[in-house]
Formats: sequence, C-alpha cells, structure tokens
Amino acid sequence: MNEKQSDKVASKKKSNYDLDLLLKLNEQMLLIRRFEEKAGQLYGMGKIGGFCHLYIGQEAVVVGINSALEDNDTMVTSYRDHGHMLVCGMDPKGVMAELTGRITGYSKGKGGSMHMFSREKGFFGGHGIVGAQVPIGAGLAFSHKYKNEKSICVTFFGDGAANQGQVYETFNIAALWNLPVLFVIENNLYGMGTSVERSSSTDNFAIRGEAFGIENKTVNGMDVLDVREAATEAVNYCRLKQKPYILEVKTYRFRGHSMSDPGKYRTRDEVAEMRKNGPLKALQKLILESGFNESELKEIDNKIKLKVNEAADFAVESKLPDEAELLKDIIIE
Amino acid sequence: MRNNEILMPALSPTMEEGTLAKWLVKVGDKISSGDLIAEIETDKATMEIEAVEEGFISKLIVEEGTQGIKINTPIAEFSETKKISKTNDDESNKNVINISNKEVIEVKKSSVIETSDNTLTSSNNDATKKITVREALRDAILEEMESDNDVFIMGEEVAEYEGAYKVTQGLLEKFGDKRVIDTPITEHGFTGIGVGAAFGNLKPIVEFMTFNFSMQAIDQIINSAAKTLYMSGGQMGCPIVFRGPNGAASRVAAQHSQCFASWYSHVPGLKVVAPWSSEDAKGLLKSAIRDPNPIVFLENEVMYGQSFECPISNEFTLPIGKANVEKNGSDITIVAFSIMVGKALEAANELEKNGIKAEVINLRTLRPLDLETIINSVKKTNRLITCEEGFGFSGIGAEISSLIQENAFDWLDAPVLRVHGKDVPMPYAENLEKLALPQTSDIINKAKQICS
Repeated sequence: MNEKQSDKVASKKKSNYDLDLLLKLNEQMLLIRRFEEKAGQLYGMGKIGGFCHLYIGQEAVVVGINSALEDNDTMVTSYRDHGHMLVCGMDPKGVMAELTGRITGYSKGKGGSMHMFSREKGFFGGHGIVGAQVPIGAGLAFSHKYKNEKSICVTFFGDGAANQGQVYETFNIAALWNLPVLFVIENNLYGMGTSVERSSSTDNFAIRGEAFGIENKTVNGMDVLDVREAATEAVNYCRLKQKPYILEVKTYRFRGHSMSDPGKYRTRDEVAEMRKNGPLKALQKLILESGFNESELKEIDNKIKLKVNEAADFAVESKLPDEAELLKDIIIE
Repeated sequence: MRNNEILMPALSPTMEEGTLAKWLVKVGDKISSGDLIAEIETDKATMEIEAVEEGFISKLIVEEGTQGIKINTPIAEFSETKKISKTNDDESNKNVINISNKEVIEVKKSSVIETSDNTLTSSNNDATKKITVREALRDAILEEMESDNDVFIMGEEVAEYEGAYKVTQGLLEKFGDKRVIDTPITEHGFTGIGVGAAFGNLKPIVEFMTFNFSMQAIDQIINSAAKTLYMSGGQMGCPIVFRGPNGAASRVAAQHSQCFASWYSHVPGLKVVAPWSSEDAKGLLKSAIRDPNPIVFLENEVMYGQSFECPISNEFTLPIGKANVEKNGSDITIVAFSIMVGKALEAANELEKNGIKAEVINLRTLRPLDLETIINSVKKTNRLITCEEGFGFSGIGAEISSLIQENAFDWLDAPVLRVHGKDVPMPYAENLEKLALPQTSDIINKAKQICS
C-alpha cells in the first residue's frame, strides 16, 4: 500500500484514538462514498456502461484493513473493487476514467469497472469471476514468500464466493504451504439477490478454514476501528507466522448488487435500518467527540467532493481509446 | 508337474517393454501371494511386482539389468514343489502378476540428472545427441531453472514421485522443494495460485498430469491468465507455462483421451505450442519458459518414450510461431502437429512409392499459426491435407482449411481435406480405439483422393 500507516493499535478506548488517524480513516471512507455516489450518478446518465458494483456501506472494511498494512503488501479482490483501488492510492481520475471507458483509465478503457490493476500500488485486480481471485491472491502470497519479501497478500471475497470450490482448494494449499495470505470475507449478507440463509448451509464463514487449521476471527464491519484492530492482529499473524488467516467482516451494501438490481430480495425497512448504523456515521461521531466540529467535517467533505467532481470531469472529458487499441495488449511481443 | 511361468507384466498404458532392474528372489526361494519378486523399470517408473500364487522359484530366465524385455515374455519359472521334476499338463501354464500399488522412486537419481552431453566432448553448438522426448522436456526445464531463479515447477507428483510420466525426474534433488513443488489434486486451486505467482513476477511451470484435468482449471487459464494483459491495458502480463500430455494415450478411454488443441487455440491471449520430436520439445519448451505470455504446451504421452537427435547446447531454442518443413515435396502439402507429424511422414514415404511427392509441415505452434509457411507450400503443391488427433468439428484443420481458402484460394487445385479423430468419445476396446484415431492409412487415402 502506498500510504504507510503503521500506527500500532493498542487495545485502548476508542476515545483515545489519535485524531489524525480518525481523520485519515474518515477521509478515505468519505472518498469511497462520494466516488461511488458519483459513479452511480454517471451510470444513471449513461456515461458508465455495463456492470457497475458500488461499495457504499462497506467502506469500513477495506479502509480498516488497509490501515493495518505495510507499503509492499498487495491486495486482490472481486468486481466490487472501486473502494479497494482508491484506498490503495490509485488516482480517482484514472479509476473514474476507466469506468467511463476512456484511454486515460487504468486499463486504457479496456477493462472497465471490474478489471483494473496497478502494480505500482500493489493492487492486482479487479476480478470478474466469483471466487477466481482467491487462488490468485494465494499465488501472490506465494510469490512474496518465494522472494523472501516479508509482504502479505490480502485477498478479499464475498459471502457468495465463499461457497466456491476453488476457495477450499486454496485454503488447503495456503495452509499446507504456509502462505502469508489474509483472506477477508466481506459478508454483506447477499450474494447478488440470494441471502446467506438461502445459499449457505451455515452462516459462520470465518470457521470455514478450521478444517484446514486456519486461524480466524469475525469482526463488525460497520466499525472501522474494530476492523482495524482485528486486521492488525491478522496481518501481524500472516506476516510473522507466514501463515494464512481468515477474517470475516460482517457488513452490508446500501445499494443494489449492481446498478441494475431492483432489490426486491430485501425490504426498504431493512436497508433503512442498516443505513442508520452506517460506518461513516459511527466514525464521524467519534471525531466530533474528539473536539472536531460539524463545519470542519463539512469542509473535509467538500474537499473530497471537489476531488471526485474533478475525477468525473476528467473521466467524461477524456478521449475514448483510439481504434488501434482494439488489437493492442493481447500478447507481449 | 509342469513349471509355471512368470511373465513380463505391462505396468503402464503405454509400456511395450521394460528393464528387469532387480530380482528380489533367487532360485529355490519359496514365494506366496503378495511376495515381492522383482523390480521392473518401465517407461515411467521403477515398480515392484508381486507373486500371485504359491510355489518355489525354479528358474530366473532373465538376468538382472536386462533391457527391452517385451511384455508377456517369460522372465522366471516356479513350481509347486521345491524339487523340479516332471511336468503336469492340467496346471495352468501362465501366471498373472499383480502390480504392486507402491511404486518405488528410482534409486539411480544421480545417473538420470546427468546432462545430455555426457557422451559427447564437443562444445560445438550444433552437436546433437539422440534422446527421448521425455528427456528433452526435462533438459529444457532443468536448463531454464538453472539460468533463472524465478522459474519453478508445480503440479501433481512432479517432485517426490519425479513426475507421473517421469518428465521431472531428478529435478527435486537438484533444485529442492522450494522450486519443485508437489500440489494436492486440486487443479482449479493450484492453477489459480500459479497465475497469481506469475502476476507476482515469478515464472511458473504448471504441470497437468494430463490436459484432460486442465478442464478443472480452464477458467483460470482463460479468464485469468489469458485475458488479464488486455484487461489491464498492457500492465499485467502473466508469464506462465501450462504443460502436460494432451490427446490420446493408449487404452485409457474417453475421459483421459482428448485433444485440447482447438479449445486453447480459440483464445486470444494464449500461445499454444505442440511439439513432436525431442528437438521440438526442448527448443520450444525453453522458448515457452522465457516467453512473457501465458503458454499452453501440449505434449503427447505416446511420444515421451520416442528418441530423436536433439541439439545439446544450453543455448538451443526454437522460435514460437514458426512451423518446420520436415520433408520437401511438390505434389501435396500435409500439415500436422504433435504425434500426427510422425504419421504424416510415414504417409509421405508410402505416397512416394506411388509417385506422389508430399511436403510435410510440422506446425510446432498452433497459436500464433505460421500461416505463411503453409501458404508458401500450398502455392507449390496446390493441394492440402490437415491432420490432427482431435475431433474434426471446429478443429485445427477446419481453421486451416478456412484460412487457406481465404488466403490462397486461387492456388488450390482440389478441396482441402481433413484427417482427424472420429466424432465420438474415445472408446476403450483396442479395435475401437484404433478406429477412432486417425491412422497413417487415412492420410494416404485422402492424399490419393485429391492427387488422382
């Protein structure tokens, strides 16, 4: 990860957290929130096409995890990936321009929402096939270990992917070969429109690695500090013990599976209830308790909105890829 | 009472002969069912064989170390009593030998790891030595692992067992278990791990015990390995080799006998290579390991034991994407790859006796296809036959036929004909399997059909 945040999390009271840290987390979560809101808006305007999976509601997961990582750690995730890219330090302009399919996008407009990568920032995708990123993440961890890099790979996947066969093949090998991989299961209760209770024989995903001897923990993903604390423990475990670890993070997406999701599988009341306890609200409450005032928070929000608007303008104004791009990047000559 | 014979057993689907590595019994020894009696070295491994019936060893017909013993050759005799006296015709005179399920690891590791130039003193880069395709593949992997620490090999039984088909023999001892890695039997998972390792700038060689099992992992090969470079706008290459035997072996039936050449050749982002000879195997595999792209490297189990002259130089490579004219001719072009190259050459030699001079092209690479070499040949011969072991429908031959009619239609004097496997799952029965596979005679007949 590009921004080193090696602050050690002590098990102290939340009110004792360093205000700078809280503001940093707030800024990252807000950036994701405002970016995703803007992406949703651009989608509605027809500027973004295809599938577009928003991360709104789940921001505390990736921000909390990232805050426990070191510079050279790597990250890989599914297609609900915008938040992960932003927190890795990828430029919002490049991400938004990829969403609009422009040459200035991270994949020159050839990947789209689900397929973006940045070697420089340690972000390895952006994978569109449910569960496929799980062995890939273990493979990245393998490369870290092979090269004695002392880095770990954080591999994110959802409750839906957690039922895929290749996940268990990977758990087995990761445990067998002692790979430094942190599996983060973002359990947002629905795999597309199918609830966990309708898709999964048990609702405890964290323990699914126990048969392979993988340590695990479950944490509330609506509280970024809880996530950060659990992540710090998990990340240290992976790095020092050179072993895999499973962290299940209970979260919720406030928007549909994708932009075209009518959302009939859950009630408006359910969504409204979850929104009340959203991750940003909880964090901002802490910040206010630390002596910050509303207008100061508002000012930060405005700055972020400005940044996101600039990204949107850039994404809409950038050129489409040149037609010659069609046949480029298929094979390295 | 008549002596019973112990016969040289067939210990693998492709074994035709073997070496009696060691006797574990001597004349006069009492044997009973399950006792180990000998070690036999097959084309794949050294295995122990067990006695099935009770008796006493009366004669060891074959000496230790004897090579090239055909299967079903008597190797020993035993009698029911210790004294060998008279024969008894009502006894069955054939004894069946069970295969011990514990295959033992080859003891002579140090002898097999010797580099191929042990009989040659020449340092000339053109020097060659006759080696098997199996050895050529092993040499390619060994040489590339020696020169690049980022190259490693993983797969089922590649390390301690030294390869289900002995291709990785000696590699574990030389490079250790960090770089020669046994995997569980979970293709989807370990293939994805290989892809991730390649994203992490390593150069994995992923062995499939056979390409039939790559179907478990085809999502990772196509969706992750082949497409990511494009989806990342050129940022994320995947330098990986997927290799293993492809196509029919011998008598292993439908699920273990399929050619995946056309499947993988269909996909942009992959290179697909199919060697025939030892030279092909070594030169192309070395190039594949050095290539920054994902490569599907289709070997053939039947070819593993065949020997060809092969350059011994560490520097020897063959370019991917370039076909080789194996035999010059002027009357008809026969295009083939992998095991079918040998059949095409046999056919060409037969046709020559009938006054038909066939040019034989060994494709070596299926994607990117060396269309230029085929077109140049067709311009000369004006006739074309394609050969492949796989199914004809949507096959390599169909593609070449279409490309030739698009690019060299005016040069054709006859329709392009295809020789290919029958459109059926591979049968087990010996006669049916032979019928299902394209034979030399099929090539000859098709050639005569368009050369008359």
